[in-house]
Amino acid sequence: MRKNKLRLVLFFLLLMFSSAIWSDEAEDNYKNYCWQCHGMTGDGMGLNVQDMSVQPRDHTSAKAMGGRNDADLFKVIKEGGLAIDKSVLMPPWGDSLSDDEIHGLVKYLRKLCQCS
Amino acid sequence: MKYLILLFVLSIAGIASADEGLEILQKRCVGCHDIKGPAAQSVQELWQRKGPDLFYAGSKYNSEWLEKWLVTPRRIRPAGYHAIQHIQQGKKRDMIDTTTLRPHQGLSASEAEEVTKTLMTLKASAEIMSTAVFKGGNISASFGEMVFEKFNGCVACHEIEPGYGGLSGPEVYTAAKRYQADYLVSFISDPQLWNPKTPMPNKHVAAPNIQKIVQYLQVLAKENWDEKK
Repeated sequence: MRKNKLRLVLFFLLLMFSSAIWSDEAEDNYKNYCWQCHGMTGDGMGLNVQDMSVQPRDHTSAKAMGGRNDADLFKVIKEGGLAIDKSVLMPPWGDSLSDDEIHGLVKYLRKLCQCS
Repeated sequence: MKYLILLFVLSIAGIASADEGLEILQKRCVGCHDIKGPAAQSVQELWQRKGPDLFYAGSKYNSEWLEKWLVTPRRIRPAGYHAIQHIQQGKKRDMIDTTTLRPHQGLSASEAEEVTKTLMTLKASAEIMSTAVFKGGNISASFGEMVFEKFNGCVACHEIEPGYGGLSGPEVYTAAKRYQADYLVSFISDPQLWNPKTPMPNKHVAAPNIQKIVQYLQVLAKENWDEKK
């Protein structure tokens, strides 16, 4: 009985630890690749927007993000804006990020917009 | 025999000269630049590098430009090497936090000459270098401009003239002065081959269009931007 409890505690500790790593990695990737256009807070007002013909999406807006399902978000990150009939200014990140990392970013975006 | 002695003296002088460049690099440059490789394998590792990797400098830079720049360095990336480390929230958009940007140290003319000589011996692998070659010749630069700006939106991150374009990437209006044409072709066709964690995406530009972009960059670099600023 005591052994089972210990196993359960260890399992939850491992789960907490691995999810912390997952989200840290997604946050790092968001900073490295997305901040430059989508901004430090994800509001779409990044450093580069001044001369952009199309403003980057506001990732903090449930309205702007709610209409896209996770599969769309995965596709647009991996293949770029044109893949979902959006702007060419959104580049494809499929050569920079693994599929797992892109799934992590999708989860991170859901956290930013607090929407599903 | 005289020639043999002369050759020996010259080769010793050459070695001494290369060593002098290496000595300066080790004393003054390796704190910010990697001269041994490999490239950063994680985002965190990339952020710890304060300046561009130099372990393939001889395959990347134009030596004439490099030597001059080392004497009178000027900022090439408006928001520093890692833009994310030098921005702050502004009223309308994120802005460059100029208080965090540090000027690049300058070298004396003789130091720059020695460092350049040494850097130009640091080459990328033959495998990487075989990936792309600038063909030159009769290539349309104006179409290259369209490929760069309209079809691929590269202007989102790069300034194509002072004050116009994105700020997170290096200015491109002087890119062809700074970089070898073959390197530009190779880097645009596969940025991750050179630097796996670079914030420059691979846009899968068709090979003939990459040639046109590099031609366009060469035309841009011929302008006297200092006079126009």
